[in-house]
Amino acid sequence: MSDIWYQFKKNKIALFGLFMTTAFIIAAIVAPLLAPYDPYKMSGAESLAGPSMAHWLGTDQFGRDIWSRIIYGTRISLKVGIISVGISLVVGTLIGVVAAYYGKWVDSVLSRLTDVMFSFPDILLALVIMAILGPSLTNLMIAIGIVYTPIFARIARGAVLTIKNALFIEAAKSMGISNVKIMWKHILPNSLAPLIVQVTLSLAFAILAEAALSFLGLGASPDTPSWGIMLSEGKNWMEQAWWIAVFPGIAITLAVFSFNVMGDGLRDALDPKLKNESS
Amino acid sequence: MATEELVRIDNLKKHFKISNGIFRKNTVVKAVDGLNFSVYKGETLGIVGESGCGKSTTGRLLMKLLEATEGKMYFEGEDVSTWDKQKLKARRRDFQMIFQDPYASLNPRMIVEDIIEEPLKTTDMSKEERKARVKQLLDDVGIPQDYRTRYPHEFSGGQRQRIGIARALALKPKFIVADEPVAALDVSIQAQIINLLVDLQEEYDFTYLFIAHDLSVVQYISDRVGVMYLGKMVELSESDDLYENPLHPYTQALLSSVPVPDIHHVKDRIPLEGEIPSPDNPPSGCPFHPRCPIAKQHCKEEVPSFREITEGHYVACHEVK
Repeated sequence: MSDIWYQFKKNKIALFGLFMTTAFIIAAIVAPLLAPYDPYKMSGAESLAGPSMAHWLGTDQFGRDIWSRIIYGTRISLKVGIISVGISLVVGTLIGVVAAYYGKWVDSVLSRLTDVMFSFPDILLALVIMAILGPSLTNLMIAIGIVYTPIFARIARGAVLTIKNALFIEAAKSMGISNVKIMWKHILPNSLAPLIVQVTLSLAFAILAEAALSFLGLGASPDTPSWGIMLSEGKNWMEQAWWIAVFPGIAITLAVFSFNVMGDGLRDALDPKLKNESS
Repeated sequence: MATEELVRIDNLKKHFKISNGIFRKNTVVKAVDGLNFSVYKGETLGIVGESGCGKSTTGRLLMKLLEATEGKMYFEGEDVSTWDKQKLKARRRDFQMIFQDPYASLNPRMIVEDIIEEPLKTTDMSKEERKARVKQLLDDVGIPQDYRTRYPHEFSGGQRQRIGIARALALKPKFIVADEPVAALDVSIQAQIINLLVDLQEEYDFTYLFIAHDLSVVQYISDRVGVMYLGKMVELSESDDLYENPLHPYTQALLSSVPVPDIHHVKDRIPLEGEIPSPDNPPSGCPFHPRCPIAKQHCKEEVPSFREITEGHYVACHEVK
């Protein structure tokens, strides 16, 4: 572990990503402390007010405080990110591990299935699933989860294929350990590294997808403080009040960027080949 | 010597099919091609041979890690092929394996005590019993108790092999296949591990099938030695008898290549011509005939049978009378 941390902290941008990610998580947890206003509270007198001391990032057309809504928006974004990526991680890893471990026709069936899902553009597939399930935040998370499942399945399959012929797997078989236990205790812990990296990268995608789908009106109800919804609402007022759309946009960019660079840094730190070059 | 049979294999074969693509004929590699031998209770049977002669495949077949293409295997008189999954699972504890590469045979993400405890979890032992057993095993193989919670990468090769041995012993097996257990170790460590293996056999009273390519190691540890060539056994005899009186020309050539630590020793090497043939296209008749110094015409045509020449000394050669 200390070795991985040593490699990771050499990468300053990745360190920034980790810092920002931590900041977002803290913001989501202590949102009521950081937000000066109720994100739902409307105030006709203050509508479309520009950034000021009272409203740091201005207000929207209903007089709601943008800063407060962005802070509360981290909750939605992280929730969507974590739950949807959690769905794809669990389901995808299960598919990938089973496909690679049993091989033969099991592998063929599962791999072709993931290939089919891969062949659809991400957002389009999410749109189709949302159209079937109906728009709501829960369905949004399910849709994004399904869309990113094949990535995890493929990564897990690849990782397991390299590990399943290891001698210690054969040793476990010779001791009469059951297949399920071999997969859980021997194969999974040894193929976790690429999956962890993919989790951080997928979090960024999921946040982006949430924003995109919310922008299209397929996510949570329109009054919810979600970055995507704020962006969508703000676009109607771009000429009078640029701050309504720009600040949520910056929040999305920053979150996605942070997760991405953190994921990149993690991938480099976990790659043993890079380790040898630098030491 | 005890003559009670623990394991008997009868015309055991393992052929691997290698796919060459859709339009070409598949190659069949005859890794093990008709083995017959018995392992007696309490003995150590050494198996020697060059790389690729099928000795590791034999070990894996005996461990039921590979399915035999043909032939029968008997364990304590029971036909192993009739065992269903449940029965096989229950009997697995009776035969265990020590692997060649101690760097690859231990899960790098498990600590030592979990590695050794794992096979015990397949039994109905309580947690306390398992812990006590792990403690005992660590003592038996000479790993300090303080190292219980370390990971495999924190140990040297010899120590890792000791952990592998402890794991194989955990279930108190009756039969252990040791697949070149010292080949990956430093020479200075090899003797330690060999002695440990011998001591443990006395203590636990089990039977070894000891696979190696180092003839001096095998001579030291084995009661009987079998010599394999291209998936077949060419000679099998009591260890001393084989080393003093090798009958098969291949065995003679192998033994003549063993270095003797004596500067006055005049070496009388029998050089072997040519390469070991590929097991996907073995020679006709006696598989050794292309390299054999005494091969005759009939060696190319007829496969020699594996005959008992003197008591307990089996040879597959036409020219041995």
